[in-house]
Amino acid sequence: MNFLAVFGRIIISFLRAAGRVGVFATKTITHMLTPPYYPRELIRQMINIGYYSLPVVGLTTLFTGAALAVNIYEGSSRFNAESTLPTIVVIGMVRELGPTLCGLIVAGRVSASMAAELGTMRVTEQIDALQTLSTEPFKFLIAPRILATVIMMPLMLVVVADTIGVMGGYLLATTKLGFNSANYMRSTIDFLETIDVIASLTKATVFGFFISLMGCYHGFNARGGAQGVGIATTNAVVSACIMILVSNYVVTEMFFSS
Amino acid sequence: MINKTPKIELNGLRKKFNEKVVLESVGLKVMPGESMVIIGGSGSGKSVMLKCILGLIHPDSGSIKIDGTEMVNISNKDRKSILNKFGMLFQGAALFDSLPVWENVAFGLLAQRTYERDEAKEIAIEKLRRVGLSPDVGILNPSELSGGMQKRVGLARAIATNPDIIFFDEPTTGLDPIMSDVINELIVECVKDVGATAVTITHDMSSVRKIADTVAMIYQGNIIWTGPRDLIDNSGNDFIDQFVNGKASGPIKMEILKG
Repeated sequence: MNFLAVFGRIIISFLRAAGRVGVFATKTITHMLTPPYYPRELIRQMINIGYYSLPVVGLTTLFTGAALAVNIYEGSSRFNAESTLPTIVVIGMVRELGPTLCGLIVAGRVSASMAAELGTMRVTEQIDALQTLSTEPFKFLIAPRILATVIMMPLMLVVVADTIGVMGGYLLATTKLGFNSANYMRSTIDFLETIDVIASLTKATVFGFFISLMGCYHGFNARGGAQGVGIATTNAVVSACIMILVSNYVVTEMFFSS
Repeated sequence: MINKTPKIELNGLRKKFNEKVVLESVGLKVMPGESMVIIGGSGSGKSVMLKCILGLIHPDSGSIKIDGTEMVNISNKDRKSILNKFGMLFQGAALFDSLPVWENVAFGLLAQRTYERDEAKEIAIEKLRRVGLSPDVGILNPSELSGGMQKRVGLARAIATNPDIIFFDEPTTGLDPIMSDVINELIVECVKDVGATAVTITHDMSSVRKIADTVAMIYQGNIIWTGPRDLIDNSGNDFIDQFVNGKASGPIKMEILKG
């Protein structure tokens, strides 16, 4: 009986949280679609989220691409199938590792930063101050952040992550594993299909939405002082990562399930 | 003809958080041009009352009228037009970290979209001058300013749109006595300049004596006394006497948890 009560409480609490996030998301989208708009704020967020995330995204995917090439080479050489390396690297990076790794890195960087910034604004009454200055916080703070992440994830970050990841595999294969440069590139291009790229960009858009939504939701609802901001930041990153992993599976099933 | 409609009128305002009743039944009238100071101990509900008037907190019941217009359950559009009448200086100044000082001051002007950025910047610099800050301060970030300077910038932001009503939430908290006096004087001058109605909440008696035309005391979620500033030392009210003289003994019992 006790077990059932605990289980029920967990389910109710989960549904309540999901409902609150749903209302928050709906409110944000409504405000996103109605004026006034804040293009200056949107551009500032796009630079912060897109441009400043490039180094860490590039570095991570470069080395992951290279490591992936080593692993595939070792595995495929057991069956004399080394020639499949470029194909597996490009499909692995574009379909899966590029968007997912990029999502997780951006979740750590951007979601945490949004939660900490908005949380601090909440506990220092800056959000209240915005309202007294006739400015709707959802329009000025939340909408530009979510829109900027949804734009920059597919159009800049994941494109860069996919490209640099594939290049990491290419560089390792041609410099250490004895692959011919032209053959490697031809195999990569031949086996990459449009659907792979569309799936990658779709994942990036979905991840971008969840990363910014979790960061904004937890930051906006932060309570208390420094501890409250810390809790909001942790919750933002953890929930963004969970949402990325779950939605990654769902989108993969949508595109590639036979 | 003298306008008899109160600028702010509260009736039976009630707000509780979970089981804790913060405002029980607050009634208050602030007349146009008046400077009302609300005193009360920590946790007595002063800030909650102010936030209810501003619409930042929704009251459980009661009425809030601004210029005779009911604010409770008003549409967001109407609320926004009424909010344009307000200016507010927050306790910690609440300046936006991401914007330079001038943009903080000009924020309300830019939000109303009636001024170009250059015009708004000029007005902001003028308001900074009004509170004793040089134009150079305009390009600094709020984090580069001292507590006293942040309060001045907060004050400049509060008066930037020439509001009808200005709220001051504990304006001298955290400042030394000299800077407190400077801020108090600036508040009096700025409120006169813009011809606003002012509501200040504080527990600093030097602020009360400097700023107030009328004083109200809030205790346990109710306004228990209202009267002119000159009467606070001879109010005949034990609560006021205890608070004004800062005595531990008296009818006001502070909630202190003993381990």
